[in-house]
Amino acid sequence: MYKIEKKGHVSKRENFKIRLTAIILALLTSALFIMLMDKNPLDVYLSMVDGAFGTEYRIRETLVKSIPLIVTSLGISLAFRMKFWNIGGEGQIIMGAFSATFVALTFPEMNSIILLSLMGLAGFVAGGLWGLIPAYFKARFKTNETIFTLMMNYIALKWITYLQYGPWKDPKALGFPKIPNFSVNAVLPNLFGIHSGWLIALILAVIVHIYIRRTKSGYEINVVGESENTARYAGINVKKVIMKTVFLSGAVCGITGMIQASAVNRTLSTKLSAGVGYTAIITAWLAGLSSPLIILVSILFAAMVQGGAFIQLAYQIPQSAAEILQSMILFFVLGSEFFIRFKITKIRK
Amino acid sequence: MLTTFLAAAIVAGTPLLYAILGEIISEKAGKLNLGVEGMMLLGAVFSFVTVLSTESATMAVIAALLAGAAGAFIFAFLTITMRANQVVTGLALTIFGTGISSFIGKDLMGLVVPENVKLTFKEFAIPYLSDIPVIGEAFFNQGILVYFGYITAILCGIYLYNTRPGLYLRAIGENNSASDASGLNITMYKYIHVMVGGALCGLAGAYLSLVYVPSWQENVTAGRGWIAVALVIFSKWNPYRAIIGAILFGGLDIIGFRLQKFDINISQYLIDMLPYAVTIFLLIITSIKKSKENSPPAELGSTYFREDR
Repeated sequence: MYKIEKKGHVSKRENFKIRLTAIILALLTSALFIMLMDKNPLDVYLSMVDGAFGTEYRIRETLVKSIPLIVTSLGISLAFRMKFWNIGGEGQIIMGAFSATFVALTFPEMNSIILLSLMGLAGFVAGGLWGLIPAYFKARFKTNETIFTLMMNYIALKWITYLQYGPWKDPKALGFPKIPNFSVNAVLPNLFGIHSGWLIALILAVIVHIYIRRTKSGYEINVVGESENTARYAGINVKKVIMKTVFLSGAVCGITGMIQASAVNRTLSTKLSAGVGYTAIITAWLAGLSSPLIILVSILFAAMVQGGAFIQLAYQIPQSAAEILQSMILFFVLGSEFFIRFKITKIRK
Repeated sequence: MLTTFLAAAIVAGTPLLYAILGEIISEKAGKLNLGVEGMMLLGAVFSFVTVLSTESATMAVIAALLAGAAGAFIFAFLTITMRANQVVTGLALTIFGTGISSFIGKDLMGLVVPENVKLTFKEFAIPYLSDIPVIGEAFFNQGILVYFGYITAILCGIYLYNTRPGLYLRAIGENNSASDASGLNITMYKYIHVMVGGALCGLAGAYLSLVYVPSWQENVTAGRGWIAVALVIFSKWNPYRAIIGAILFGGLDIIGFRLQKFDINISQYLIDMLPYAVTIFLLIITSIKKSKENSPPAELGSTYFREDR
């Protein structure tokens, strides 16, 4: 007979060991899958690493791909700490990009520093407002936020599609449905060979970390996440905390939209967010919602995407294989958390 | 005119109906499985592959049921046995299903369902019933999977409200520990119902790729799985009400296409927002009108650990 018991405190080291084991098991399981395709899994994994970090150019590409993941994960982690399941990162990115683009296209001649700041502010506010709508209804009526935020993603996407095929269509693109490119003033400059979005990501990580660990607001988020009732007894205005936090969560995601529109796409398009809003849910969760770990996990995930694109060419393995690998890792880590919280002991009958 | 619209709405609503029913069964066991979209895609791709290799409609439907149930098994194992977070596990399942379906589907692009299978799913009129004015033609001149959808809904209703296992199931969803104490094998109940729910979601996906489209299309579900999760709330966890929800949203799904015929000057893309916007609207309305009968199973989303009692 076996008995499951709750564990007491688990050290960071043991926590890390359990998660690492889970990731290794996920890679082993995926190896079986690769073998099914008649490929050598070790070769495939090694060339994924090579594809992600093999040359200076590839490292740069990997880092560029990690920036939107880091920023969005940071945003999502704020809401997740409160157990507000914000699945709306995708829509918040899109709306952030939309309003940043509006600013960029309206004032193309403005001084670059002012223009970029305005675009950042526009992205921040628009993403935040897009998050605030479901947050208001959650706080007021306990409306299910998972489906609400998700539906908002589709609405945001249709909105951009409408603009791209309709009112914002570039007349110079010879009928091709695209939105005009930004002026040079509206493009984030490079810093050490990579667009300066990495600096924004780092600064945001520090701010979010301090906000969560060192401020009263951050403490309130954690209390509401633990138990709304406790929070209420402690005199915390739960509704206000929910709305404020989800606004910030969406706002940070909105900044992702600004960065991607300005530095990567140099315009707005329906492909701008490319599923980052969903992948960031995984990275935020894998990182245990901790800001420093979010940076690490996001870079590893970006490497997986970048490496995935590389093996697509080298081994004719489709990109969706990376998606399968992602979900495998997530499954195993989700399962492994059992061993963080519980222990199994043998009992004699 | 009304009849053709209604008929088309019913066809578009059928995949939703299966998915709603599947999710209702799972949620009645207290398990909020957000992987509906993923399980639908698993059902869609595995039924499509099966239909190409066997040219058998029956085998394709069985493959869809098994694929959906297999996806649900992963969810069940992680959330029931390993006590993982249901929300994140459901999302992971969606990513998994999306990945698998586009991985397998990459070579299927543009292929179509064989003629003999199309014939199996073709509309046929049910005598007498189809003669009822206006609704007869719409409801009773449909394909076999549409009829089977109504039947499934009714069977689910009878199961939940008129049988002993259905009663036990609802008891488990309302109170894990009391059901456990009264000697029910709640782990088994949860596993079975989550997997049956998954099988129905798989069938929902098969309907899209085999009947609705009927060829291979990447991401054929296009968010319908998520709308189905929302429609569970609209249906108030009642299989009979699920029929209404499915037809209503089937209608919204096709309305943009129909409106074009009338030269109405609204962009297609804005009309495409309708199902999502109305879903939000319904969510808000149902959450404002909180009443005992509207509310979800009390244990929905919670993880049961016996020693916590």
